[in-house]
Amino acid sequence: MTVLSIKDLNVTFSTEGGRLHALKDVSFDVPERRIVGVVGESGCGKSTLINAILGLLADNGRVDAGSITFEGEDLTRLGPARMQELRGQRISTVFQDPMGALNPVLSVGRQMRNIQYRSGRSRSEKDARSEAMLRQVRIPDAQAALARYPHEFSGGMRQRVAIAMALMMRPALLIADEPTTALDATLEVATIELLRELQQDIACSVLFISHHLGVIAELCDDVVVMYAGEVVERGTTRQVFHTPRHPYARRLLECDPARQSGRTRHLPTIPGEIPDLRQRPPGCVFATRCDQRVDACDKVPPDVAVETGHVARCVLAEAR
Amino acid sequence: MVIVSVAMLILFCMIYLIPGDPAAVALGPRATDAMREGLRIKMGLDKPVWVQFWNFFFAAWQGDLGRDVLSDRLVATVVMEQLPYTLALIFGGISWSVALGIPLGCWAAVERGTMADRIVGVLSVAVIAVPSFVVAIYALLIFAVALRWLPAIGAGEPGDIGDQLVHLILPSLAVGLGWVGYIARMVRASMLEVLESQHIRTARAFGLPERMITYRYALTIAILPTVTLLGVGIGQMLSSAVFAEIVFARPGVGKLVYDAILTRNYPLVTGAVLVTTILFVLLNLLADLIVGALDPRVRSRL
Ligand SMILES: Nc1ncnc2c1ncn2[C@@H]1O[C@H](COP(=O)(O)OP(=O)(O)O)[C@@H](O)[C@H]1O
Ligand code: SF4
Ligand SMILES: [Mg+2]
Repeated sequence: MTVLSIKDLNVTFSTEGGRLHALKDVSFDVPERRIVGVVGESGCGKSTLINAILGLLADNGRVDAGSITFEGEDLTRLGPARMQELRGQRISTVFQDPMGALNPVLSVGRQMRNIQYRSGRSRSEKDARSEAMLRQVRIPDAQAALARYPHEFSGGMRQRVAIAMALMMRPALLIADEPTTALDATLEVATIELLRELQQDIACSVLFISHHLGVIAELCDDVVVMYAGEVVERGTTRQVFHTPRHPYARRLLECDPARQSGRTRHLPTIPGEIPDLRQRPPGCVFATRCDQRVDACDKVPPDVAVETGHVARCVLAEAR
Repeated sequence: MVIVSVAMLILFCMIYLIPGDPAAVALGPRATDAMREGLRIKMGLDKPVWVQFWNFFFAAWQGDLGRDVLSDRLVATVVMEQLPYTLALIFGGISWSVALGIPLGCWAAVERGTMADRIVGVLSVAVIAVPSFVVAIYALLIFAVALRWLPAIGAGEPGDIGDQLVHLILPSLAVGLGWVGYIARMVRASMLEVLESQHIRTARAFGLPERMITYRYALTIAILPTVTLLGVGIGQMLSSAVFAEIVFARPGVGKLVYDAILTRNYPLVTGAVLVTTILFVLLNLLADLIVGALDPRVRSRL
């Protein structure tokens, strides 16, 4: 069973310099109970992807084509009321910045109670639920923590509070947008452990966005590699990390020999720049930085299935 | 404390530099030189400047502001009699500005870019630009003289709260109207800023209703700069209160100072201005306390 299935998704933003094609023909699945990692340089469209799923694209953005099927419903066609109903209940999100992600003037307990506003439970039932959730993310003295404000917690604790809030309604899908980028290495490991544990407990799927290849390799079942708004390669973690087929994925991974356990917290840098998304190149989007390009690259490369579930968007993928 | 002391020094210098002899004014044109000299000694005006200042300073800290030259009553008593009227006027002005400014600013922010937003913007600038005495005069002419909806002058029957409130409506509008504009602009700007912040995105991602996000998650933060602004703005409101009290012939500290300056009743002027300064400092402190009560980040720093 797939929980989330994205097919040929295209998202554009209207800007002063014309339409910016932020996501182009993006397709991948998030199967039930699996953790799917998304990697890519900053600006490659990871946040846009999340916002499109959540129905929270900026006012100047829109879905031009494609579908986002979640538990049988196409999210791109749902009205705002139904979308709002799904958010926080069936699809929940943990954001990168634990400092700014919680409301500074409302107590943690109040914010957790508000998230349950739809549940029809009484106030004390809601608070009991919040407390249990805080205990589950190992916040010490959970009952007292409800009365405290976000600034009274450390960065790591705050991120755990945010995770508790996100998982409060036992969603089917948890989206984690670089949840550990702002934390130091020790806290990162602890947070990843916690996420995995909770994912097993709640039996949800996770869409995990990160710059950290080591964490992706360790945590994720599947990987999606994005470049300039396109999914250039996707497959199981094993397939992508062991036999990367797209030149971009290969370049990312070869920089890091001990990759699975590597401590590189940032993506390796590759010479060159992402093309201007307002004027996409007519052929392969990676052509300007690719060291293996051939004449055929002037045409849009196909999605090549190199193995079951392992797909690369490169003309050379087939030949190998 | 420091602010009040510095204010006292400045005040003393200003009064000292104003030409004219308080003793002469107090006694009228038919007094003899001897009588004037006698009063001057009684008032301490024959002493060197610094002694005069020290006497004033020392007495003031003990609550003795001297005596009213004309009626010979204690200045402190005279000022305290008038203070409630001015306080009522200031709080009335704040009520108007908060009751109109916050909803307007919030609305403009939520509806940003629309016609409503633009109209609020233009209105805000307009009411800020109009001086409060002009508002006072027009409010008087329109609502009291032409339409006869509200009373024109005075502060209402003593003891009759309802009547006093009715008499407060127009003068406090004159004091507060400009602030409606300031606050609307301020709230709009900070609302827009807050609505962009990460925690609002999180609240949306948790599926919270837009109304809850606007009022409980955003506005509670967006009004904080407004409270601080109001604290500082008390000074400006106090000066508008002078005009409002004169135009509407209301009792109050502003009217008191105005009359006292005209009659060179210096102890009364210094006393009233001093009390006003203390009031300003206290209301500022109150604004800080309110911010502390509304913002847990500030509270934990106190
Ligand atoms: N509201 C917007 N208006 C215009 N362009 C946008 C907007 N949001 C994102 N973009 C553009 O879309 C591209 C993808 O951005 P983003 O999804 O934030 O990337 P990532 O999260 O991977 O860093 C970038 O080129 C960015 O400039
Ligand atoms: S299609 Fe061509 S240019 Fe693009 S990645 Fe493959 S080889 Fe490089
Ligand atoms: Mg991003």
